[in-house]
Amino acid sequence: MSLFSMSWVVLKSLFKVPATVRYPFAQKHYYENTRGKIMFEVNTCIFCGLCQRKCPAGAIMVERKDKKWELDRFKCIICGACVEACPKKCIHMEHTHTKPAVTKEKEKHIHA
Amino acid sequence: MTKRTIIPFGPQHPVLPEPVHLELAVEDGKVVEAIPSVGFIHRGLEKLVEKKDFFDFVFVAERICGICSFIHGMTYCMVIEEIMKLEVPDRAQYLRLVWSELSRLHSHLLWLGLMADAFGFESLFMHCWRLREKILDIIEETTGGRVIFGSCKVGGVRKDISADTLDRIVKVLHEYEREIKEITDVFIADGSVKHRMSGVGVLSKEDAYHLGAVGPTARGSGVDFDMRKLRYGAYKNISFAPVLETAGDCYSRCHVRIRELFQSIDLIDQAARKIPAGPLEIKVSGFPEGEFFARTEQPRGEVIYYAKANGTKFLQRLRVRTPTFANIPALVKILQGCDVADVPVLILTIDPCISCTER
Amino acid sequence: MIEEQKSIGVTPAELVEKVQVLFNDGWRLVQIGCTRLENGLELNYSFDKHYQFFNLKVAVALSNPEVPSISPVYWSAFIYENETQDLFGIKFPGLVLDYKGSFYKTSVKNPFNSCSEQINIKDIKKDLAL
Repeated sequence: MSLFSMSWVVLKSLFKVPATVRYPFAQKHYYENTRGKIMFEVNTCIFCGLCQRKCPAGAIMVERKDKKWELDRFKCIICGACVEACPKKCIHMEHTHTKPAVTKEKEKHIHA
Repeated sequence: MTKRTIIPFGPQHPVLPEPVHLELAVEDGKVVEAIPSVGFIHRGLEKLVEKKDFFDFVFVAERICGICSFIHGMTYCMVIEEIMKLEVPDRAQYLRLVWSELSRLHSHLLWLGLMADAFGFESLFMHCWRLREKILDIIEETTGGRVIFGSCKVGGVRKDISADTLDRIVKVLHEYEREIKEITDVFIADGSVKHRMSGVGVLSKEDAYHLGAVGPTARGSGVDFDMRKLRYGAYKNISFAPVLETAGDCYSRCHVRIRELFQSIDLIDQAARKIPAGPLEIKVSGFPEGEFFARTEQPRGEVIYYAKANGTKFLQRLRVRTPTFANIPALVKILQGCDVADVPVLILTIDPCISCTER
Repeated sequence: MIEEQKSIGVTPAELVEKVQVLFNDGWRLVQIGCTRLENGLELNYSFDKHYQFFNLKVAVALSNPEVPSISPVYWSAFIYENETQDLFGIKFPGLVLDYKGSFYKTSVKNPFNSCSEQINIKDIKKDLAL
């Protein structure tokens, strides 16, 4: 029966580099595949509405006659279904996440 | 005449990861009876099939639980593929196996940390979760999300892992085995840990079988039962034997999960050597019609998905029976006769995932 | 096809007898589920032995939703039967541990028995005084 078997591990970790990331002074390392926030190019969009139908959370609103595309970032679950569904490939995913915000606002894009 | 006290345990308790309520009838410091009560986070997800297309429902199925998320998504895809008689390409099957085993690794490491926290061993808890971070980094590198993978879809998978990445992952996992062994040796050999877990919560083999216990809860009592023996997906080409222990107490259930950690690393190694090149998905057209039961092995045990489809784009019924739901009668049985101080350890030993249980 | 899945239909009267035969033969209860069909409900009892899968299906009429409980034979059936009782409204006389409708505390009684459009959100909000 051994006791204090953890002491050696704890002592070693005193002298090692910390395993935690000193956020917000250091940033987390994002990978190429990381699913991050949605970016949208309004001038390529044809307002077909496929992204609105495929979104599982209902975060996208498309209005064809006003040429308006709206995204509620707080509802978005960054699943990437809209990126795959878009026929004109005007929705992209970045590698970083949306920064925290103070108010809940919907993002509006209107065709130029 | 001894007085009987009723102690309410939960739903808020520092040791519980998710809310579950137990009424403990206590006499002389020993628990005589326990009545479980669930339903605090019932979201009615099974009813959402009436509103969401069967193809898009995989996003909801993945989010039934945060810990066992990938295998939920994969089993949902499997049940639809069996109803529609789709042949998923081999490369997609192997990738699904790699991600399932990574999911099992991170879930067992999470559980080891929570178990250490249940008997107050904070430094061991933190080190287990530090080990888990490496697995989450691998998962994020290959799928894009740390906890919700989002990589499975009906007909195949959404992302690929290149051969170099796969080789690198296997190499990293093998090197990591030494660090994992350092921490799990504390669970196996340390005197204070053994004192809290040996001989506590004994579940005999007959009880485990008749009460319907699944997963490591049953395998710790010697019931030879692992859904991966059904050889679904790529498991038919991989050599694998279920991990069994016979004592039936908390210590043997812990030992089963630790041995499964190393077994998962070995299964990923085998899959990486046998994975063929090829397409990642098969095109899905039409609507499903029929019914099927799909059973797979989650980290906590056997999960069963029943789907009934009637030829429209909405499924008629989806029923999910998760392993923790099947382990609750076993939990009620092992709580009878234990000390009050052992109750947190016993609840955690069945690995409760209440958000799965109540969907 | 992953595995063969056999199922046979049973009436509520002969259910407990058939289940007792399976118990004596060493079958394990896997799950009890319920489906809402157009003209009634259908319960399915799933059993497993050495990775073989077997189902019993019981048709239940909406006018008299009562099925004898199998929890005297398989004690672990009580959680499945309580869940079915709360979500679908089927009664199981002989349940060993009956929560009497408070297993899942939903704001609408028997929510799975009706389709989503019939549940009126305004009524729920009025009941909860929101």
